[in-house]
Amino acid sequence: MLKLLDGPQTLGRGRIFWSCFLAVLACALIYPLFADSYDVGNFAYFLIWIFMALGLCLMWGYGGMLSFGQTFFFGIAGYGYGVLAINMGGGTTTIAALVLSVVVAMIAAGILGYFMIWGGISGIFFGIVTLSTTLVLAFFLGQTAGPEWHIGAARLNGFNGMKGMDPLTVGSFDIEGSALYYLMIALIVVVYIALRMLVNSSVGNVIVATRENPQRAEMLGYDVRKYQLLTFVIGSGLAGLSGALYTSWGQFITPSSIGLPAAAMPIVWVAFSGRNDLTATLVGSFLLLFGFQTITVYSQQAALVLMGVLLLATVMLAPQGFVLGMGKLVVDWWSRRRRRDEAPALADTARLQSDET
Amino acid sequence: MALVDVKGVSKRFGGLTAVSGVDLTVNAGEVHCLIGPNGAGKSTLFKLIVGLYPPTTGSIFFDSVDITAERPYARVQRGMSIKMQAPSVFKELPVRQNIQVALQERLSGAEREAEEERLLTLLNLAEDSSKLAGALSHGQQQWLEIGMALALQPQLLLLDEPTAGMSPEETHKTGELIKSFNAGGMTVLVVEHDMAFVRQVAQRVTVLHLGKIFARGSLQAILEDEKVAEIYLGKTHAH
Repeated sequence: MLKLLDGPQTLGRGRIFWSCFLAVLACALIYPLFADSYDVGNFAYFLIWIFMALGLCLMWGYGGMLSFGQTFFFGIAGYGYGVLAINMGGGTTTIAALVLSVVVAMIAAGILGYFMIWGGISGIFFGIVTLSTTLVLAFFLGQTAGPEWHIGAARLNGFNGMKGMDPLTVGSFDIEGSALYYLMIALIVVVYIALRMLVNSSVGNVIVATRENPQRAEMLGYDVRKYQLLTFVIGSGLAGLSGALYTSWGQFITPSSIGLPAAAMPIVWVAFSGRNDLTATLVGSFLLLFGFQTITVYSQQAALVLMGVLLLATVMLAPQGFVLGMGKLVVDWWSRRRRRDEAPALADTARLQSDET
Repeated sequence: MALVDVKGVSKRFGGLTAVSGVDLTVNAGEVHCLIGPNGAGKSTLFKLIVGLYPPTTGSIFFDSVDITAERPYARVQRGMSIKMQAPSVFKELPVRQNIQVALQERLSGAEREAEEERLLTLLNLAEDSSKLAGALSHGQQQWLEIGMALALQPQLLLLDEPTAGMSPEETHKTGELIKSFNAGGMTVLVVEHDMAFVRQVAQRVTVLHLGKIFARGSLQAILEDEKVAEIYLGKTHAH
């Protein structure tokens, strides 16, 4: 099983990579001991979005399916969490609400994905259909301001959004602040490791082969539609996880979390980071979210313009992604250095052997 | 015993009838070549057999099972293996990973690794195994795809112009490779233009012309058929 952590589909392997990984993880774990609670809460907030980025990386970078509708599943699970948490009575049932809302998002992905993939929709049309679906949901939720729009005790509230749900709670302990931060870190580690193992497994081999040449993959006996649907459901489930965590974090959700600007964000994060690699996406999305959050404090418009500029720069200068490109440069530099270091050592060994003879 | 039985198959694209009422039988254990001039409908018939096109009329049987409505992957799972006309490999993946994807359903662990090495050596690709498949020469890509098709250990190997773009030496080697697999019991259906290659491998030949069966028989009978030479090479060459 552990062999799957290092494989051809993921950049970074071996002792040095995993040492760096553990060092970063250790820094993340001790961060709340030194930071104030506001900053820790902020960190927890932008870690929430990492799941959506990793899900899109799986679908787009590994599976070749550019979904412009990740916020559709984000919204379904976000609103789903609200509806369930309010109607189930809060408290520990919020954990069940979190799980169920992600399951609902995955079922929605299964239905939408089935019709798209079995209907032969691919390429740019995949993006168009998913974006349209997202916009339909955002517009629908926007017109639910009246009191007649409710599910049980949960009012949808139109553009003002749904509020009043409990945060994640175990017994009488609310998972907020540092506790939420540690939950985010734990979930990110689990999801990252699980995705690495998935893409380096035989299933991952087929997912990547389908991205490269679906007809050839089918000619090897694989029903590529099932692999595409699996990828779509997992990626959408991760977007759903972000949505449910977002609602539990802020105890509100509005249609603007689903609309066009929100839907474009994951594309920018993943494109800038490097869609073909999970680690690049994890690191790049984290940096972008941190930067975006920092700039937003001064001007939200400036942050949005920066995102647009970054997307243009990525498309024109580094279509494979800036972070992935830099990662590859570091790996190449390291490999060259090792070869250079090994060459004199080999020459010395050869000279010693010839001296002995 | 018939392994593939094509019964009354036609394929129309709008007003164009590419294949018309074709009956074709490929017996188990033979190397059967499908030849004909350009536009004869060979590749269309090939795609009908592998399931890339649904026939307008007629039925296709594999090992006595009606597979007419089955998708290509289901036909492959029944024991077919396919090499398309243009090299169809996973260009952005390493050569070894291409072979792995083909092998992983049948073998795992050390057995798979051993088979990988055997196939890479057989195809002269061992030294290039870590290269991206897209960086291989045209001929090497053809061999890689043949290797991927062989990795499935099929009952029936379907090859659409397997030697296109190969040098005469590579073509001859490919022919010998096909003969060795046929000697091991594999049935092979080849669509091919190159008559030297057909002479090297074929046991039975079917000639298509204008979407219909023009002639069929043993290699010798087809080679001696003046009408075949006439449609295939043109009248001036036939006399």
